Amino acid sequence: MLGKLSWSAIPIDQPIPLISASVVLVAILAVLAWVIIKGHLPYLWDEWITSVDHKRIGVMYTLLAMVMLLRGFADAIMMRGQQAIAYHSNGYLPPEHFNQIFSAHGTIMIFFVAMPFVIGLMNLVVPLQLGVRDVAFPTLNSVGFWLTATGALLVNISLVVGEFARTGWLPFPPLSELTYSPGVGVDYYLWSLQISGLGTLVAGINLVTTVLKLRTRGMSYLRMPMFCWTTLATNLLIVAAFPILTATLAMLILDRYFGFHFFTNEAGGNMMMFMNLIWAWGHPEVYILVLPAFGIFSEVVSTFSGKPLFGYRSMVLATMAICVISFMVWLHHFFTMGAGPDVNAIFGIASMIIAVPTGVKIYNWLFTMYGGRVRFETPMLWSIGFMVTFIIGGLTGVLLAVPPADFLLHNSLFLIAHFHNVIIGGVLFGAFAGYTYWFPKAFGFRLHDGLGKAAFWFWLIGFYVAFMPLYVLGFLGMTRRMQHYDVAAWRPWLIVAAFGAVLILIGIVFQIAQLVVSIRHREELRDRTGDPWQGRSLEWATSSPPPVFNFAILPDVQGGDAYWHQKTHANLEKTEPHYRDIEMPRNSPTGFVCAFFASVMGFALIWHIWWMVIAGFVGAVATFVVFAWRDHDEYIIPAAEVARIDRANLAERRALASLEGA
Amino acid sequence: MTDTTMALAGSDPHQLGGMAAIAHSGPASKRIVTGYGFWIFILSDMVMFSAFFATYAVLLGQTAGGPSGRELFDLRNVAIETGFLLASSFTCGLASIAADIRSAKWFQIAMAVTCVLGLGFLIIEGREFASLVARGAGPTRSAFLSAFFTLVGCHGLHVSAGILWLLTMMAQVFTKGFRADIMRRVLCFALFWHALDIIWIAVFTVVYLLGSAA
Amino acid sequence: MSNGHQEIDDRLDLAPGDEHVEGVGSRVLGYLTGLGLAILLTATSFFVAGTDLVWQPSIPVALVVLAIAQMGVHLVFFLHITTGPDNANNVLALAFGVLIVLLVIGGSLWIMANLNHNMMPMDQIMQMQR
Repeated sequence: MLGKLSWSAIPIDQPIPLISASVVLVAILAVLAWVIIKGHLPYLWDEWITSVDHKRIGVMYTLLAMVMLLRGFADAIMMRGQQAIAYHSNGYLPPEHFNQIFSAHGTIMIFFVAMPFVIGLMNLVVPLQLGVRDVAFPTLNSVGFWLTATGALLVNISLVVGEFARTGWLPFPPLSELTYSPGVGVDYYLWSLQISGLGTLVAGINLVTTVLKLRTRGMSYLRMPMFCWTTLATNLLIVAAFPILTATLAMLILDRYFGFHFFTNEAGGNMMMFMNLIWAWGHPEVYILVLPAFGIFSEVVSTFSGKPLFGYRSMVLATMAICVISFMVWLHHFFTMGAGPDVNAIFGIASMIIAVPTGVKIYNWLFTMYGGRVRFETPMLWSIGFMVTFIIGGLTGVLLAVPPADFLLHNSLFLIAHFHNVIIGGVLFGAFAGYTYWFPKAFGFRLHDGLGKAAFWFWLIGFYVAFMPLYVLGFLGMTRRMQHYDVAAWRPWLIVAAFGAVLILIGIVFQIAQLVVSIRHREELRDRTGDPWQGRSLEWATSSPPPVFNFAILPDVQGGDAYWHQKTHANLEKTEPHYRDIEMPRNSPTGFVCAFFASVMGFALIWHIWWMVIAGFVGAVATFVVFAWRDHDEYIIPAAEVARIDRANLAERRALASLEGA
Repeated sequence: MTDTTMALAGSDPHQLGGMAAIAHSGPASKRIVTGYGFWIFILSDMVMFSAFFATYAVLLGQTAGGPSGRELFDLRNVAIETGFLLASSFTCGLASIAADIRSAKWFQIAMAVTCVLGLGFLIIEGREFASLVARGAGPTRSAFLSAFFTLVGCHGLHVSAGILWLLTMMAQVFTKGFRADIMRRVLCFALFWHALDIIWIAVFTVVYLLGSAA
Repeated sequence: MSNGHQEIDDRLDLAPGDEHVEGVGSRVLGYLTGLGLAILLTATSFFVAGTDLVWQPSIPVALVVLAIAQMGVHLVFFLHITTGPDNANNVLALAFGVLIVLLVIGGSLWIMANLNHNMMPMDQIMQMQR
């Protein structure tokens, strides 16, 4: 009746997951209760849950990412703690548990922190930078977000009901096959990622179409802000790479559920094919993560240096080169699997070549700063921190790209240090820079600056203290994912690394404090002009937050850095523009309801509750049919209303401008 | 239309010269946006199929002592399936023309014929699968057969989904006529249906013809 | 949603699958031509695969060429993909997709062939030596 599900799925005998799950459950219930009692539920439903507005969806993606960062980081602190004390000892985490923790840590950080963070920022900003009203497919956008949330939900449920995978963040067979992982852990992983992968693909299609087909008048490709170029490259990679992940995980699912033999030990299965395919996805994935960060840095460095971005053309070329070459290097993730010297050499050389366009970008950022008047606001601090940190990480990557070196360093802590170096230094610092930079645009008030700077310094120093020892440990021969060890030389480094994790924890605490304090003091931090940083691109031409239609009249772009041009050439307008009615897409519960049925289906598939699978599937299809039959998918904002909103925003801007002087 | 930039000279902060002055008249129409987005989806679907094709090619020889393609494939059935799918692509094209000239009658006829041909394809394929399983050559027999059933079966699942979509389009045109959003969906459906035939070309060539000739 | 620019020149851009052809007759003729060519290519494929009249080692190449030709027929006659400027985006996207497909399939085949050869299990090596 309930498949494999029974009361024994709840880990009553394991205190750590039980306590943490209880705490989280209580917190969720408390928030829910507060929302309902205060009467915020209708507002949340109408304005956020059913919203198809790219700005709201972007905010929700980012919020999901930041909440999941806490979960992923909790896993990290637990691992650092375990490794710091587990010298000639079993530590406090038994191996079965430790294995789930490092698997969950990686899965959550990549799929439910980094991906939603960059997708959220792209969603929020790109239509505004392109001077249009929304992305190409607004309702689909909502579906994509809620499917991602479903994936996150399933992973978190595994903490309470059942177990998570013990195979690492990529489930290599034959360990992940049914014979060696008979429990539900790998199934949680597989269904969670298949569902959220669908959401990611949807976001990819949406953003590619938006950048290529929805730009305001006059915005040819070479007049787009750099962030839009990196968005294009990123989403082309998503559209090209995620289907490979879908196919590969599907084959593992077929092996586990129907006894197929793609990757099994028997009947001709070839587990090396899994590695090949999963990394054919996996390598483009890391460029999907980092390219948006590069775009953010282009925007931030240009704005806070007060200069146009240096070398725009070469930046575009470098971005598209990275996009294409990233599909030609994937074997470097399994040099040691035995492909032979010629294959290894070619992929090694390609992996070194791909560092060149990134180098071009770094030089362009440096030259943008050179000769400019650099303002060291928090986003700029994150950018400079990124430049130093990412260079180190990139260099260690080029070292690992040399196959003979990789034979010694593969799967050692050197590798761990390298990819955390580039992901934290590149992706996460970029996401934090973007978060601080665009927060005022999304919410109408700035984040508290002092707490932001404190958070930055603790993150930066904490990162180095936590991860530089791991490079040393890699050279000293320590392998990754060790639950205990007995080499005395490793211990001091692991203790230092644990201390670094604590510093990062303090950084995170500062970030949470920054958010709380900023909300409390939002009136003092209010951004009334819509342009708190003296920006250069069109998103700063709108109010903060922008009206639902973004622009009352779509701008007519005359050159690059469109808003900067507007500012330096605009006279105070004497004639009012001719306002017209604006059609906007209607909100829709489709995304949320679809995700609800997807969650039901996912859970039922994991626990083999077949009747529930069918019910969930029928529900999802019914949702789709109902959505397809609706007659009214748009509503009209009358010209008078558009005029009223626009006049109010312009008046607020002019009042401040005249206060400060022209 | 625009307010903040009257006839001003353009700016060129990135020193692109004439390169940036390419005219761009604004956001594309909904039909183009929708069609292009679906085109991108089809390309992503092609990449997914390529992963299954690659796996099939790699596992081709792994018959684990069981039957290989040459012993199992019946080329006569494959020829009939190919004929059905190709003809259905043609009738789908006729349905597109009928929609463009707003002829509900010809649209429904062409779509109905497409549906019948597609169902015919599925029935033959279903019977082939059933007979293979009955002969002990099911997908759990060997890695080769797992790859075969998954690749060809994935295509069949897409055709099934296409048929459901086809019936939905017939129902929508019947009840709501050739409304703009329904026309966009017809465009997307046609793209999907033709793409399925293109994938089938790869399937019958690589799986059946090469598998039998080898 | 409205975008305030209703005078978009759609002759500069075309949705994939649309064609700028007037007249039912010529459009039906286009599809008929495509159908005819595709039938020809399919029949040739089946013939080549089963016959003894062709030099055997050339059969796989011939089949692949015929398949690619037929895909081209579908793209041109059924999907109306042309080389005109109004189709530029569509062709570029298709080219990108084809590149990825070639990289995935070609790359995987090359890599797996190397791996299988270098990592062959001992019992298979011994079998080969017998």
